[in-house]
Amino acid sequence: MDRETGLNLALLGVMLAIPLWAMAADEPFLVTLTTRAVIFAIAGIGLNVALGFGGLVSFGHAAFFGVGGYAMGILASHAQGYMPLIEWPILVEGTKSMPVIWLTAICASALTAFAIGALSLRTAGVYFIMITLAFAQMLYYFAISWPAYGGEDGLSIYLRNAFPGLNTMDPIQFFAICYALLLAVLFLVARAARAPFGLMLNAARQNEDRVQAVGQTPYRLYLVAFTISGAITGLAGALFADLNRFVSPSMFSWQTSGEIMVFVILGGVGRVFGPVAGAALFVLLEHVLGGVSDYWHIYLGAILLAVVLYARGGIFGILTGRDTANG
Amino acid sequence: MADPILDVRGVSKSFGAVTACRDIDLDVRPGEIHALIGPNGAGKSTLIKQVAGGLAPDSGRVFFDGQDVTGLPTAARARLGMGRTFQISSLAMEFTVLQNAVLGALGHRGGVFRFFRPAMKDAGLLARAREALDQVGLAEFEALRTSELSHGQRRQLEVAVALTLEPKVFLMDEPMAGLGAEGSHRLMAFLDSLRHKAPILLVEHDMDAVFTLADRVSVLVYGEIIATGTVDEIRANEQVRSAYLGDEALP
Repeated sequence: MDRETGLNLALLGVMLAIPLWAMAADEPFLVTLTTRAVIFAIAGIGLNVALGFGGLVSFGHAAFFGVGGYAMGILASHAQGYMPLIEWPILVEGTKSMPVIWLTAICASALTAFAIGALSLRTAGVYFIMITLAFAQMLYYFAISWPAYGGEDGLSIYLRNAFPGLNTMDPIQFFAICYALLLAVLFLVARAARAPFGLMLNAARQNEDRVQAVGQTPYRLYLVAFTISGAITGLAGALFADLNRFVSPSMFSWQTSGEIMVFVILGGVGRVFGPVAGAALFVLLEHVLGGVSDYWHIYLGAILLAVVLYARGGIFGILTGRDTANG
Repeated sequence: MADPILDVRGVSKSFGAVTACRDIDLDVRPGEIHALIGPNGAGKSTLIKQVAGGLAPDSGRVFFDGQDVTGLPTAARARLGMGRTFQISSLAMEFTVLQNAVLGALGHRGGVFRFFRPAMKDAGLLARAREALDQVGLAEFEALRTSELSHGQRRQLEVAVALTLEPKVFLMDEPMAGLGAEGSHRLMAFLDSLRHKAPILLVEHDMDAVFTLADRVSVLVYGEIIATGTVDEIRANEQVRSAYLGDEALP
């Protein structure tokens, strides 16, 4: 087992130990805080598929986070109001079932990512950053001006959605659900990163000419990566909405896109576990520095600057002494 | 005479007022090494790009294996069987040598959109990649990161990746550049044997190599092919001597 694998396991161990200890010590707030980190980690893992493996600097992942959140909000609000979603030609009711909501969130955000990606990926560099930002902002203003689902005020869901056999209102049980999903996403992304798709995508990030010369089309690889990336971030959005029992247009805001990007950069771009470390550090800083000063983002900014300037591999780069995850 | 595998007919390309290629005819036949020589700025790289993809000619057509490929993207041409090596090494620098070779084998085999089983544990891909590395003499370096390779070794790896594609024609843009005398001779011996597997369009500055290896030579000067012929014909050609080679004695 190499050092990086050890670090990965240690990180997962700590993220499991904190809420277990917190529950024993009767500190439910810490459980919720860790759950928040776990959900952010999933969102970051999603962005990392595009940004880390494909080199696609998306500044619009809030779009998928928000679509996931609103998928939950819309389904659950119809269910709690006993209002069918669609009556004709077929009757579609809202639902409070988490698995159904996750599936809807994943499909909706994957479709959104496919559409945004198909257009945005015709550009590159700064234009790609700007166009993804523009799409996310479009959705943000759409959510604000859509009165049916709360508009600017957002949507409150009174009870967390249901998972068969569990009491999701119990913080530790909801944590367990999110943690299990984190493990599943990590496993699948780690496999995909080493599979033919991951190898070719990684090569496209390094050298598009090379990929074309071996007969493959970078655009297709990027589009599939961007779609998967959006789907994972969408799942995180649905979980985040359930954590807060609240959905608001701020999930679509560019600050959200920026924060997801911070998880990836802090942790280590292109490493499967990087965003987990980044999200954990972000939530820790938010909690600790947020207690010190309302202007804690200044400190976060300074740390981010230091990472970008002196530690390109993020926390994982510092701890493993390697800049990139390859080789 | 055998039908050409690659046939460039009347290709022209201008950039603004500069004509990079003017009405170029060029073909590559089975079993031959066709060398393309010319001074710097003659338009060799522009021509290669129009053959391999990435640059559309203003007029003229490119036929490959009996098919008009003029409008096809680079990737489609590669899948049809064009094995290209680049003038400036174009490899995935963060990958190991073996990973780069596997990339070629994978691109050729297809099935890129598989998400579960590790590519680097695929016995079929590994076997093909290792065979190619062995052929160019890089087998012992397979675990090295590509960025740690010498300039010459990167050239060899370019050729190895092209081999994994099992192409119908090789398009090699200065494969000898940066190779030492020994490396140069090894690669020459290898290319010599390679022509029977697939013909080679060879862009090369090393005149020794060109005149030793080539079955035919085309001379490109200011975007025009001024002569095509056997090595002896090119040596004897007055126009080539004055326009390109000066009055120096040819090897």
